Amino acid sequence: MSARRPRTTRLGNLALRLGAYVALMAVGVTMLLPLAWMVSTSLKAPAYAVEFPPRWIPSEPATVEIDGQVRRVAEVQSPLAGRGKAGRLRVAVLRYSPQGVRVRVLSPRSRAGEELTVGEGDLQMVREVRLHWENYVEAWRARGVRVREAFFGLAHDVDGFLVFYLNSIVVSICVTLGTVLTSSLAAFAFSRLRFPGRDSIFLAYLATLMVPSIVIMLPVYALLANLRMTNSYTALIVPVMFSAYGTFLLRQFFMTIPQELEDAAVIDGASPFAIYWHIVMPLSKPALATLTTFVFLHSWNDFLWPLMVVDRLALKTLPIGLAHFQDSYTTEYHLLMAASVIVMVPVLIVFLLGQRYFVRGIVLSGMKG
Amino acid sequence: MSQAHVSHRATGRRKGRRVFLQALPFLLPNLAGFLVFTFLPVIACLALGLTSYQLSPISSLQDLRSQVHFVGLANFVRLLGFHREAGGLVANDVEFWRYLGNTLFLMLGIPLSILGSLLLALLLNQRLRGITIFRTIYFLPTVSSAVAVCIVWKWILHQQPNEVGLLNSLLMRMGVAHPPDWLGSMVWAKPAFILMTLWATVGGYNCVLYLAGLQGIPEELYEAAALDGAGPWARLRHITWPLLSPTTFFVVTMSIIAGFQGSFLFTAAFLMTGGGPAGATTTLMLYIYNYALSWHQLGYAAAIACVLFALVFSFTLINWRYGQRLVHYA
Repeated sequence: MSARRPRTTRLGNLALRLGAYVALMAVGVTMLLPLAWMVSTSLKAPAYAVEFPPRWIPSEPATVEIDGQVRRVAEVQSPLAGRGKAGRLRVAVLRYSPQGVRVRVLSPRSRAGEELTVGEGDLQMVREVRLHWENYVEAWRARGVRVREAFFGLAHDVDGFLVFYLNSIVVSICVTLGTVLTSSLAAFAFSRLRFPGRDSIFLAYLATLMVPSIVIMLPVYALLANLRMTNSYTALIVPVMFSAYGTFLLRQFFMTIPQELEDAAVIDGASPFAIYWHIVMPLSKPALATLTTFVFLHSWNDFLWPLMVVDRLALKTLPIGLAHFQDSYTTEYHLLMAASVIVMVPVLIVFLLGQRYFVRGIVLSGMKG
Repeated sequence: MSQAHVSHRATGRRKGRRVFLQALPFLLPNLAGFLVFTFLPVIACLALGLTSYQLSPISSLQDLRSQVHFVGLANFVRLLGFHREAGGLVANDVEFWRYLGNTLFLMLGIPLSILGSLLLALLLNQRLRGITIFRTIYFLPTVSSAVAVCIVWKWILHQQPNEVGLLNSLLMRMGVAHPPDWLGSMVWAKPAFILMTLWATVGGYNCVLYLAGLQGIPEELYEAAALDGAGPWARLRHITWPLLSPTTFFVVTMSIIAGFQGSFLFTAAFLMTGGGPAGATTTLMLYIYNYALSWHQLGYAAAIACVLFALVFSFTLINWRYGQRLVHYA
């Protein structure tokens, strides 16, 4: 908080701040509502997932077992006691009859077991919060998802979301490592080495950033299909590993490293690789962290490319796995939402951890090169 | 490529070759991959657009020759041409024009989203406590898995005779007696998609870029303007807006490119509506996907992709040519 000269009166300033907070909160709530609704629905029992009007906190009619039978729990104003909260009885509903509703008192303890008949209008049904964590277990199992061999044939008889998780982890890690490694090498060449054609090659890189991804995907897909290489980790990983964007991002950062550091190393007789490995890379940790976060999240969430090249269950990554799950659970919203949460949690963790770098990366890529 | 360049240089080709050889180990891994998986595919796509390539599920490189037939501009004539029918001109591929219209209609959300991002950035730039938390929350939709987001939005926009989704129950509580069946209606499906895209993008990349732009504006300018008696609106109009124009230019350029691709809208259409009802939410991306993956007509799909590329290219060019004039470089 830097000192800023007051431009308006103190009262006006306060009102402005308050207004800003209200607006920020309103937008924040709007952003969170769908995600909160996802979590809320994921914890509901199937019968109460589609309830109208919707409830934010998963709750169900409270029940109690009496003599082997499940009874609804209600509250009723005690006919004997006076008005007020103290006079409320918690009762189990036994049966409805023309004379009224027969109930048995559950509490207060002093009157427990007593049976009485009350008017139906006096009864207030009690709901209790109940969170169905078992939805997550059921969603995770993803019935029907079972593969004999997964994960390079290393895992046998894997089922449920574990299949998709393993695939996503392999693909995302390989893509991220590959991108960071090859991009940083190329970015080093583009920023610190002088060779003929450097700028025209870099311009070609930049130009492809403008090309719609489908233009690039169609021929690569055709190539892989002809080589019978679809439905493989290679198809999921290799074509997306050489990112023009990553090269661009890292070059932008490498350009900001002072030339003097490099000159000093050259005088000491350092080879280009030594400069890359011992000077540029250590100084670029923030940029590398940025690219890592970017690429990992992008790869983890990528939908179109895996959708095009993979249709075997054993190779599906989380996004297309979730899409597959949606096809078989079209109306079971509690499970769909639980599965969505399962898919989203790791991404959110990575984002929260790498957030600082992520924001910096966006800013960096918006700079003029 | 290097050879050609070296020969142009007067500074001696031997030195040029030496530095190139020095750069090669750094360049090669990425450049080779870039050529094979990015650069050449762009050219291959243009070439494929001139063929009637049918990709059968059992095809292999051996019978590539028998499957790829050069048809010249036939795909483009079918795609963009018109013919006379019943006295009037009718497009050869009526669906293409419709889906192009859908794509452009859905892009109407872009200016809204950019304006929203700017407003949010202005809010976030007020030096208040807890700004980082808000910024994080606004960014969540951008990093969330699009598939998961689409599934939850499908549930929010849900409308069945006996089941009402979250949005419509809120609307009903606010007094709207018959809220629309968002995803099932020709009229409301596109606005619903725009609404969803707004939610997903407004606090995302553009907002962060604007915030960075705002933080780069020197405080003295505002102080000087305030001394000259400029009110908040005048300061916004004459300082903030012009100094943000490079950011706006970048944001508009990127948004147009992203808008034509519409990868979020592709996911949404694929998972929520299947492109329906009656094609109301089919974008060019989905159309290309369907031709390539569902109908295996890769040649025609490539032709549509080329047209999409041309559209992106010309819009970017126009933006570059005329938009840049409005940019104020401090």
